[in-house]
Amino acid sequence: MTTFALAVGALLAVACALYVALPFLREPAPRSDRLDEPDAPERRRLELAEERDRALAALKELEFDHRTGKVSDDDYRELVGPLRRQAAEALRALDPRAEAQEGEKRVRAAG
Amino acid sequence: MPELGRAALAACLGLALYALMAGAYGAKARRRRLARSAQNALLAAFGASLVAAAVLLAALLRKDFSFVYVADHTSLELPTPYKISAFWGGQEGSLLLWLLILTGFSAAAVALGHRSGADLLAWVVPVLGLVTTFFAFMLVAVSSPFATQPAPADGAGLNPSLQNPYMMIHPPFLYLGFVGLTIPFAFAMGALLARRTDELWIVATRRWTLFAWTALGIGQLLGAHWAYVEVGWGGYYAWDPVENAALMPWLAATAFLHSVMIQEKRGMLKVWNMLLVVLAFCLALFGTFLTRSGVVSSIHSFTQSPLGPWFLGFICLITAGSLALVISRLPLLRARTRLESLLSREATFLYNNLLLVALCLTILWGVAFPILSEAVRGEQITVSAPYYNFFLRIFGLPLLLLMGIGPLVAWRRASLRSLGRSFLWPMAIALGAGGLLLLLGAGSSWVGLVAYTFAAFVLGSIGYEFARGTRARRALAGGSWPAAFSELVARNRRRYGGYVVHAAIVLLAIGVTGSSAYDKVREQKLRPGQTMAIGDYRLTFRSLVQREGPNARELRALIDVRRDGRSLGTLQSGKNSYRAENQVSNEVGIRSDPFTGEDLFVIADQINGNGSVDFKVLVKPLVNLIWLSGVLFLAGSLVALWPSAAEQRRLAARYRELRALARA
Repeated sequence: MTTFALAVGALLAVACALYVALPFLREPAPRSDRLDEPDAPERRRLELAEERDRALAALKELEFDHRTGKVSDDDYRELVGPLRRQAAEALRALDPRAEAQEGEKRVRAAG
Repeated sequence: MPELGRAALAACLGLALYALMAGAYGAKARRRRLARSAQNALLAAFGASLVAAAVLLAALLRKDFSFVYVADHTSLELPTPYKISAFWGGQEGSLLLWLLILTGFSAAAVALGHRSGADLLAWVVPVLGLVTTFFAFMLVAVSSPFATQPAPADGAGLNPSLQNPYMMIHPPFLYLGFVGLTIPFAFAMGALLARRTDELWIVATRRWTLFAWTALGIGQLLGAHWAYVEVGWGGYYAWDPVENAALMPWLAATAFLHSVMIQEKRGMLKVWNMLLVVLAFCLALFGTFLTRSGVVSSIHSFTQSPLGPWFLGFICLITAGSLALVISRLPLLRARTRLESLLSREATFLYNNLLLVALCLTILWGVAFPILSEAVRGEQITVSAPYYNFFLRIFGLPLLLLMGIGPLVAWRRASLRSLGRSFLWPMAIALGAGGLLLLLGAGSSWVGLVAYTFAAFVLGSIGYEFARGTRARRALAGGSWPAAFSELVARNRRRYGGYVVHAAIVLLAIGVTGSSAYDKVREQKLRPGQTMAIGDYRLTFRSLVQREGPNARELRALIDVRRDGRSLGTLQSGKNSYRAENQVSNEVGIRSDPFTGEDLFVIADQINGNGSVDFKVLVKPLVNLIWLSGVLFLAGSLVALWPSAAEQRRLAARYRELRALARA
């Protein structure tokens, strides 16, 4: 039993070592070994995309809450403007080439 | 075979150490292949721990008493299901289960984590490697399940209180919860190390947190039911330090699940969320420390062991390291938005968070105080149930009320007029229910009356939310009411699954209040043929019977039960004398009423030589709602856990769009 256990143990150790070394065995001389990570402009764009999605989701939620009666007409009018502006600003900042009208269109579609 | 178990554990330790060191270096130096190799090491560590677990399980099933662990926790007579549950019935085996689940979750997190950023995952791996290294080291060097000895003829058997079907599932569920909290912690720390404080880590861990929280909640309810039917004192929660040890991380995780929504919706509370993740994980470790160190005496804890100082050191390291990391990344965690109004959904979440954390820290103080007093003054001062019950009322009742208020309030801000309109129906239901209960005599306990009134308010608000949401969805899309209802839930599973979980917590609160504030207890010595009365019940002690079970001698008192002159059958209550273990356990008789949720609970406290029995009988109104709440809790959690294709598409579109922009 001990010999069997030792044999299985040795097999396990070899299998583990091979599996851990696999990335190096598969790519012994890769063109690039650099780990991808977002640079500063990419991080900023990510932040803006989050802001945009957050504002668009908030607009959708506000619309639905208004329909259910949870948000009154007065509250809705007061809240919807800043949210639309926020979403439009994020859209413009994210894609400066896009026409402002296009941004407004997406915001209106969401709200 | 113990050699194979030891070799597998040693391999697991080596792999975890490699994942920690190579992973940290690979992430820091931005080496792709090294980071990938560290990920593979974590996956291989799962394979190694599977082999170790298989060796121990095989030894338990083969009754191989040359393993010290097998001889200490099983016997020849022990039924096979309990041989399997003996895996986690002792210190070393349960530690191996920890490691198995940890490596399994780590492997799954790595496999699923490729959807999140490679840079984030690269830093998550060394954090997981660190935790795995600690547990693997404990098993290799401090508390090995593979210690051997010359095999004795029979084993010592399993503690009788663990010979219960609940022990097959209660501890694994708790471990799934405790260990599951490692994943959000690792992603949170990975996000800080990678300086990725965007939404990515939250999205990557949302379901992990919910899964761990659900498992911990269900595990506690299973444990409560085990204590109720097995321990035989008539209760289900005794504020025992080890019970509290599972409750504290659950409370912290509950706070996190709520506050993380504020971060997702408003981009606020980033620091607070990090702190809650750290708190939940450290409390999970603290719970493990309490169970294993022997510093507290509890029915649930293992015996004194050398693990305590190691765990304490590791908890200190994790707490100090993660707090230092949070502080060093404070500039990245600054929120751009602010709370707009104290009358808003996010404000109610904030109040809920403060109450949950206050309750959690109060319990922590109650648990830690006896340990600290013994360490400082040399005498242990026990903190007992009245302390916890007082704070449960102080923080728990407002929490219950907030569960009803939250869904009625809009995000950002709400005017008093719209609040008045939203509150009208739930408030009317609550006041109606409170008045009715007062007329029915529930005023004997003011806490009970307030809790029931609040519970009615919460159920009213949840029902109202479902009703007006379904109406609005039907007005938008047309179709039938059931179609509109299912569309409503499918479009926002987290919100409506959350409401179902809230309804479960209300059921739990009703059950706990009913069974504790309105229960009846009576103790009486009866001879065969004598009768006692409690509430509407009349119990007649018929006789004592004795029989041989598979591994115990069973002595039972037969009690005929009648209510309002009608026979309700015969209850059996008594004691089991376990042969191998040489221990006696209480076996209670319970009659549940499926319509009222009430239990008649009979304990044969002492069986006397002259044939008389000292009975303790309890009537526990609504107690079955506690167990029913578990089913509803699980159902609501599953709804919330179910992946949302729309959300996946939204996130995939976001990252696709950003990649396209980066190329442009």
